[in-house]
Amino acid sequence: MTTRSVAATRLMGLALAGLLLAVPGLPIAGAAQTLMNGAGATFPYPIYSKWFDEYTKVDPSVRFNYQSIGSGGGIRQISERTVDFGATDGPMTDEQLKKAPAELIHIPTVLGAVVATYNLPGNPTLLFTGEVLADIFLGKITSWDDGKIKSLNPGVSLPKTPIVLVHRSDGSGTTYIWVDYLSKISKEWDEKVGRGTSVKWPAGLGGKGNEGVAGQIKNTSGALGYVELAYAITNKLPVASVKNASGKFIEPTIASTTAAAAGAANNMPADFRVSLTNAPGDAAYPIASFTWLLVYKDQPDELKGRLLAKFLWWAIHDGQRYPQDLLYAPLPAPVVKQIEEKVKQITFKGKPLVATR
Amino acid sequence: MIGVDANRGGSAHGAPLPRAFFLTPRGSLWGDRIFQGIVYAAVGLFALVMTGIVFALVVESMPAIRRFGLSFVTGQEWDPVKEAFGALPFIYGTLLSSLVGMAIAVPLGIGAAIYLAELAPFWARAPIGFLIELLAAVPSVVYGLWGIFVLAPFLRNWVEPLLGGTLGFLPLFQGPPYGVGMLAAGLILSIMTVPFIATVSREVLLAVPNTQREAALALGATRWETTWIAVLRYGRSGLVGAVLLGLGRALGETMAVTMVIGNRPEIAVSLFAPGYTMASVLANEFTEATSDVYLSALVYVGLLLLAVTVMVNSAARLLVWTVGGSVKGIRE
Repeated sequence: MTTRSVAATRLMGLALAGLLLAVPGLPIAGAAQTLMNGAGATFPYPIYSKWFDEYTKVDPSVRFNYQSIGSGGGIRQISERTVDFGATDGPMTDEQLKKAPAELIHIPTVLGAVVATYNLPGNPTLLFTGEVLADIFLGKITSWDDGKIKSLNPGVSLPKTPIVLVHRSDGSGTTYIWVDYLSKISKEWDEKVGRGTSVKWPAGLGGKGNEGVAGQIKNTSGALGYVELAYAITNKLPVASVKNASGKFIEPTIASTTAAAAGAANNMPADFRVSLTNAPGDAAYPIASFTWLLVYKDQPDELKGRLLAKFLWWAIHDGQRYPQDLLYAPLPAPVVKQIEEKVKQITFKGKPLVATR
Repeated sequence: MIGVDANRGGSAHGAPLPRAFFLTPRGSLWGDRIFQGIVYAAVGLFALVMTGIVFALVVESMPAIRRFGLSFVTGQEWDPVKEAFGALPFIYGTLLSSLVGMAIAVPLGIGAAIYLAELAPFWARAPIGFLIELLAAVPSVVYGLWGIFVLAPFLRNWVEPLLGGTLGFLPLFQGPPYGVGMLAAGLILSIMTVPFIATVSREVLLAVPNTQREAALALGATRWETTWIAVLRYGRSGLVGAVLLGLGRALGETMAVTMVIGNRPEIAVSLFAPGYTMASVLANEFTEATSDVYLSALVYVGLLLLAVTVMVNSAARLLVWTVGGSVKGIRE
């Protein structure tokens, strides 16, 4: 009995030691690989996972683990310090920033756009203004042959059918961008509905996800809704051109989305918490937005902080090669310069982590 | 019934244990004790998990409970931007969609079970039973996609205009045909719950002793009368169990319903109108809910969903107990 129990204790001890050795993140001689945990927005998930994959070729000592649990979850988890970086499609509010245990900074990574798509006989290319879109989503314009739509689209024969509105039912950054635009254009929308990842819709049906909205639009003659630009392009949906702040009707493309950020570069706030909807610039598509990574300005761990800062530097430079293929819009050059300054401000105990070149 | 009998047997064995200790010294008693311990632990674990869930839900929803109180249950407004929250449209949507689903699934499911247990030729029973069980294996997101791309257009183009044209005088069948809405949700739920109801009911009916059938037939009953009086009545409590299982699934089903119900938090009488369920609003809005009150309101909805499920199940059990007495009278 005694010999057996001694042996058992020894075995237990060995097992414990093994467990300790296997804890990831501890620098062990030989196979040192640091695991960076992140969580947040679902919209940029495809480009982030591409980046994380490509980056391990640049620096094999890091491995990323990103969970696309939604912007809300990303903000919560980074605020509770349960992850090394967060990701969000909507900037954090002042209140949320105040609640965080330390100063968080927003790093814009790529851009996305939201487009109006519809189902009409022959699917003509339509032109819209923000005012008309707001009136439609407020339930004030209910038929396709309404005078306001007709006067914007003179050559198009619009049917006398009711507009079946479809919006996102799930909380989403896509919705935030859409209603942020409508709020900027229409006072009535701003007062009655406002901005949010979910809002109280005055009219219409809710579809779950881009595919839910697009599915209902495809099946319903006379339907109108909004989806991400990337989703509209891959599924070849008809998209409307929208009048921008300079009075030009702009077709939503990757180039016109990047142009929205370029237009906003002159008035970029230092913390990058900026809405790009209705941005100035002749070529800017008016319903566009950044998506952000959230990191602590003063990093709690020197090694992780250095690796994270290096990754961010890579993402805004070499990493910008990849968004186009995945139908995200890359950052315009002047904005990259501005973000560089921000990445240089990341510190560990007040000491900068990226060499100032 | 079987469960009660087993309990009785257990307690009868419990009394003479000390004697058994001396008679079988080679460890059977220890075996019993260990077995007992395992079983208690299993039950205790369930109780613990359930208490934990309720506790967590109550704690997390406290901010919303303090702010809205019971008016949350009767409130009809759901505005995340202005942080005004009321859950009545979701409660209504959950109950109505499940009711529609069960109204279709119960006759279908029990009918299929009767066919499989009583009428079908032997060679057909296994394959048909397998097909029905296969329906339960289809993931709910697949039902949802099928709902969007097949069921909803079919309803909009054919079923809803037809119902509106013939039964349009009823408020249930009024309004524009969107395709998606309460009717689509109910239909999807019925398809999803039929396999549960049919499979369990079939087992219940197969467990009915043949003497019941023989007795009824000997009295000159037709096949229909035999099934109705001798088989279904005998298995009544089991059948209710089958229906409750289906109902549980219908009340909590999330993905498929979310994809076809239209997600509009409004109380409308018409089955054509879009609605919203408690499970759907949780699935839709939980991930992107950023403010504390908003998140807490969603957890409150989760708590209410649990409460509604418990209440509906208790009500159904109560119904069985009150009508159960007369059934016993017939049998014994």
